[in-house]
Amino acid sequence: MKKNLKTKVSVKDLNLYYGDNQALHGITMAIYENQITALIGPSGCGKSTFLRCLNRMNDLINSVRIEGDIVIDRKNIYDRDVDEVAVRKRVGMVFQQPNPFPKSIYENVAYAPLKHGIVKKGPACDELVEKSLIQAGLWNEVKDKLSEPGTSLSGGQQQRLCIARTIAVQPDVILMDEPTSALDPISTEKIEALMLELKKDYTIIIVTHNMQQAGRIADMTAFFHMGDLIEYDDTETIFINPTLKKTEDYITGRYG
Amino acid sequence: MNTSKNNTAQADKGGKPSARNNPFCDPTLKSRHVRSKLFKLFTFLSITFAISFLLFFLGDMIIKGLPAFKQTYIEVDVTYNDKTIKSTRRAIDKKYRKVVSRAWLRNIPRLVEQNPALMGTTQPAWVLANSQVDQYLKGHHYKLKDKYRKLIDTMNQDGKVEMRFNKNFFTHGDSKIPENSGFKSAIVGSVLTLIVTMVVAFPLGVMTAVYLEEFADDNRWTQLIEVNINNLAAIPSILFGLLGLAVFINLFGMPRSSPLVGGLTLALMTLPIIIVSSRAALRSVPDSIRQAGYGLGLTRVQVVQDHVLPLAFPGIMTGSIIGLAQAMGETAPLIIIGMIAFIPDTPGSIFEAATVMPAQIFTWAGMPERAYIERTAAGIMVLISILITLNALAIYLRKKFEVKW
Repeated sequence: MKKNLKTKVSVKDLNLYYGDNQALHGITMAIYENQITALIGPSGCGKSTFLRCLNRMNDLINSVRIEGDIVIDRKNIYDRDVDEVAVRKRVGMVFQQPNPFPKSIYENVAYAPLKHGIVKKGPACDELVEKSLIQAGLWNEVKDKLSEPGTSLSGGQQQRLCIARTIAVQPDVILMDEPTSALDPISTEKIEALMLELKKDYTIIIVTHNMQQAGRIADMTAFFHMGDLIEYDDTETIFINPTLKKTEDYITGRYG
Repeated sequence: MNTSKNNTAQADKGGKPSARNNPFCDPTLKSRHVRSKLFKLFTFLSITFAISFLLFFLGDMIIKGLPAFKQTYIEVDVTYNDKTIKSTRRAIDKKYRKVVSRAWLRNIPRLVEQNPALMGTTQPAWVLANSQVDQYLKGHHYKLKDKYRKLIDTMNQDGKVEMRFNKNFFTHGDSKIPENSGFKSAIVGSVLTLIVTMVVAFPLGVMTAVYLEEFADDNRWTQLIEVNINNLAAIPSILFGLLGLAVFINLFGMPRSSPLVGGLTLALMTLPIIIVSSRAALRSVPDSIRQAGYGLGLTRVQVVQDHVLPLAFPGIMTGSIIGLAQAMGETAPLIIIGMIAFIPDTPGSIFEAATVMPAQIFTWAGMPERAYIERTAAGIMVLISILITLNALAIYLRKKFEVKW
């Protein structure tokens, strides 16, 4: 749009069907590098579905059919010669409920990089685990108990562990599906600060129900409604001076 | 408003003093309480019935079976020489011949072989007594002439009769001589059979469950397979025996009565149990774990192998052990494939003829001699204690490996 930013993800005319039911209608948008893009909208508006298109998580559901292009770094990820597993390595994901593996904190972070062959077991792996945990702001809290199960941490710590686990794979884009909706305000604040920190290195796309959260952290905000992208602009514009009445009604809490 | 006033008025007229100044008074409440108490009584009675039957059964088994762990030995003079080795009967004085076990006499040549110094001597020895003597001393029904009864009574007074722990029960196979018969070949046969069962059924069952739960599409075919697996679990076990006979013995020509065939037949029977319980265990693994794995760019196999299976493992183990316990108690299919045969020798491999514990119990239960009754009960005690141990192990494993969530 008007900013002089590099486009990281470009979505062109994306249609998604659950069986006969169309859930996304011709979404077209450009997501910029090193920005936080928030997807807002009422429940069932398709924002989570859209998010899951970006790392092909919807491929796991049989009844889903997708039309259109999602181009990341000049390659359409839905091309035949693109492996969905490789896409998910480059486009990491953090979920609503913190879902650490029931393994130790160390293994939680180290497992995927080892499987991807990013590092080998030993000092290099230790280093990556430390680096990832530092980046996720969790290192000081867990450095003495790396062998304890990840599930023994508090909810907010678990979510930061999941973020550490995601960035350990060294993705370009991080998708976050309501990452703080299961957390208390203090943990939420920490995660938000972390996201602002992370956007220097990664492109972050976040789905949120919390309008204030979108206002606080997002550079760009997209408003979804009934499977349509209604409006997409600077967060400021969306919140202060939206073009469309529908957006304004939602922002001001008239529905949703 | 009107109707409620009428109700109070009627209650007042009814002359129940409590209704007048008690707003909580409900005339139907009493009968409702009676009904709920009756219901509670019925439920309580049914569990009391069930438990008393179980206790009666166990008590009866223990009372009948405990004597089998003791066996009578008597002290008599035994002559060792060339003649007695050829005709072992003669080693014992004529007077005692009828009260000594024929089975023990068969041992004489072996005893001499082990200890050549015995040759040409006559020495007192503790000898296994005939089962009729044993039954007489245990106060059970016996068939013993008065002459021998008096003989045993005098020997008993002289301290020449002893009740010893019945080692034979655990070191011998079946025998037509009751005092010589033991449970060992049945125990070994059961172990060999169950090893075959587990080796076949466990990987097949778990892999099937993993395929159906984690890889297969949910379409008409998999639904059909699912229905049939559930049906398979309900098929009478004797039909599996016929299947085993037709396929493993007649078609593939595997040895009859062998633990190999028995184990394979029981594996077919146990498979549905393992599949159903493994699927339940896999389904109980939260989907968020799979999502987390896929979100990190892991392949399906990596997610299943490293994250889903370890979580489902306690449940899978529990189901498999329960299936194993069920297979251990199974008799009908094994009768069809010939594992009911008289097996005095302990099988050394899965290809030799063998019998299993429940089949041995079945055989003994049909024997005419009184001494087999206590062996039947003792066999049941051994079988039940192994089953209880297995179930306890299942609970322990589940508790130990359960991941705290």
